[in-house]
Amino acid sequence: MITEKLQNLGRSTIDNLAGFGRSGVMLFGALVGKPNFRKGWPLLVKQLYVIGVLSLLIILVSGLFIGMVLALQGYTVLVKFGAEGMLGPLVALSLLRELGPVVTALLFAGRAGSALTAEIGLMKATEQLSGMEMMAVDPLRRIIAPRFWAGVISMPLLAMVFTAVGILGGHLIGVNWLGVDGGSYWSTMQANVDLYQDVVNGLIKSVVFAVIVIWIALHKGFDAVPTSEGISRATTQTVVTASLTVLGFDFILTALMFGG
Amino acid sequence: MTTRKIEILVGAFIVLAVAAFLMLALKVANAGISGSGQSYVLYAKFENIGGLKVRSPIKVGGVVVGRVASIDLDTVYYTPVVKMEINEQYSNFPETSSVAILTSGLLGEQYLGLQPGFIDETVQILADGDSIQDTRSAIVLEELIGQFLFNRGN
Amino acid sequence: MSDIMVDIQHLSFSRGKNLIYDDMSMQVRRGKVTAIMGPSGIGKTTLLKLIGGQLKPSQGHILFDGQDIPALSRADLYQARKKMSMLFQSGALFTEMSVFDNVAFPIREHTRLSESLINIIVLMKLESVGLRGARDLMPAELSGGMARRAALARAIALDPELIMYDEPFAGQDPISMGVIVRLIKELNNALGLTSIVVSHDVTEVMSIADYVYLVAEKKVIGHGTPEQLRQDKSALVQQFLLGEADGAVPFHYKAAAYEDELMEPRR
Repeated sequence: MITEKLQNLGRSTIDNLAGFGRSGVMLFGALVGKPNFRKGWPLLVKQLYVIGVLSLLIILVSGLFIGMVLALQGYTVLVKFGAEGMLGPLVALSLLRELGPVVTALLFAGRAGSALTAEIGLMKATEQLSGMEMMAVDPLRRIIAPRFWAGVISMPLLAMVFTAVGILGGHLIGVNWLGVDGGSYWSTMQANVDLYQDVVNGLIKSVVFAVIVIWIALHKGFDAVPTSEGISRATTQTVVTASLTVLGFDFILTALMFGG
Repeated sequence: MTTRKIEILVGAFIVLAVAAFLMLALKVANAGISGSGQSYVLYAKFENIGGLKVRSPIKVGGVVVGRVASIDLDTVYYTPVVKMEINEQYSNFPETSSVAILTSGLLGEQYLGLQPGFIDETVQILADGDSIQDTRSAIVLEELIGQFLFNRGN
Repeated sequence: MSDIMVDIQHLSFSRGKNLIYDDMSMQVRRGKVTAIMGPSGIGKTTLLKLIGGQLKPSQGHILFDGQDIPALSRADLYQARKKMSMLFQSGALFTEMSVFDNVAFPIREHTRLSESLINIIVLMKLESVGLRGARDLMPAELSGGMARRAALARAIALDPELIMYDEPFAGQDPISMGVIVRLIKELNNALGLTSIVVSHDVTEVMSIADYVYLVAEKKVIGHGTPEQLRQDKSALVQQFLLGEADGAVPFHYKAAAYEDELMEPRR
């Protein structure tokens, strides 16, 4: 019994390690080598559209609502201490440091990550990747690389849009509805938010999350068992693994950036 | 969907994101006074800095003129030395100026209040790297209460 | 120039613990249609992938036009692949592109021809498979047979020297089967191609092949022109050609004795 359990544990560890290795090889194959801008540029633009522009709506709406909720919740607490003037920094700092990068990454994993996994898994199942390889076109360079870069470029941009919209949403609720002074909303924010400490660190976070989410999504698709069941499992795994990894890395990055 | 239309939408997306970044940098973080723009450095020694932090503002009559760049301990006398970065625009403080650690409001954050001194022929203007001699330390609440009780006892 | 296009020498290949090919050799002559037949599940597609360099054999050499495919560097392998082409069972058309763009894809990737020239080439290729009128359709709108013909047009877009067909007849109605048989034969003769057809449809293959290899049990069990094969004495060859249910290849999958298993209570 116990030896069997141990065997299973060992096997799954080795399997995971091998999967990790394959994903590394995949990314290496996709990114190393001299890029071809004449062919690569239109592909990148297309993927920026699919991955970035099409995710914009969900980002805008969620950003607005999260900003509004933050203002509403923050106000009810702050007003007890007569500190509702600090609503601006509360909203801005939570969005810049945490919610912007993290929620964008989670939404991105659900919206774009799962779609990528399914698309690539399906291309594999219908032998499109194999066919491309036989036409002497490297699918890693043609399919994986533009999607990777598009994701890494899109997500920090989306996170900034999310944060900006969230702060505006906070303004909408805090100033226009709850009656916090508009001037103090912005001025206390300006006094407490630092460009490098908060804005740039938030951006760094979201770049790291972008690499994580997009790498997992592409690898799960590329490594999917080419059956309908395999693809559906890979899609689920993308969302679950990417979300958990993002949260784990968020803790590490937060500890490194703001903990010390 | 034509390629042209996709290009336009992607372009709009990037413009929107850049606008968001500019808003975050300028309107939210107010990057005007930090990093960017020329500044010069002054030093001040204090007995006690209380809750002063790196990047705390330096104000003259309530106007922010610079920020605290670093806080170190003098290894000879073991007193805190505060390095201040002051905007180049305000470069005419005489050496008779004084600096105090003040608190904004009852529970607010601490900041450096710079008080310009008098000027006559013998007084020099503070230059990059000079120190301000006349400093007043932070008020520590426990000390204040202790003093008050001590005085009452008399 | 040698007369042999693809020369497989002492090939062994295993997937996991399963040995799929054991010391197998075969030759494909230039300008001929060579068929590889055998029961399903013996890895005929694997063989094509080995020739294409997508899989590496555990032992042996695969010479394509004098180059040893498994030993080639990545860059040389991609160069060699430009001279070969493969028609996948599913067609493997790119689902997000129209038929026209699918056929134009390899041309756009590997050449810097102007769009007007590409337009001419693509229309010529589509005409040769009879799908010039379907150029603006998406792959999802094509029937199975049409998809395969569109894929064929794509496969010949760059005028390869070798074209490999993976089960071109599987799952086709008699008419599209006839169309594909005709196309394989015509393309081979008109373009001077070398063709490898992997299939288990005996009648169709025997009608177009110049030379046939019968593969079973990890090796070649018989080869020759279709005529020679029909005269072959081997029981296995005859069973396959005539399609008998039981014979040298047993009907039953390897199992314990029937009576024993029925009597034994389930563990």
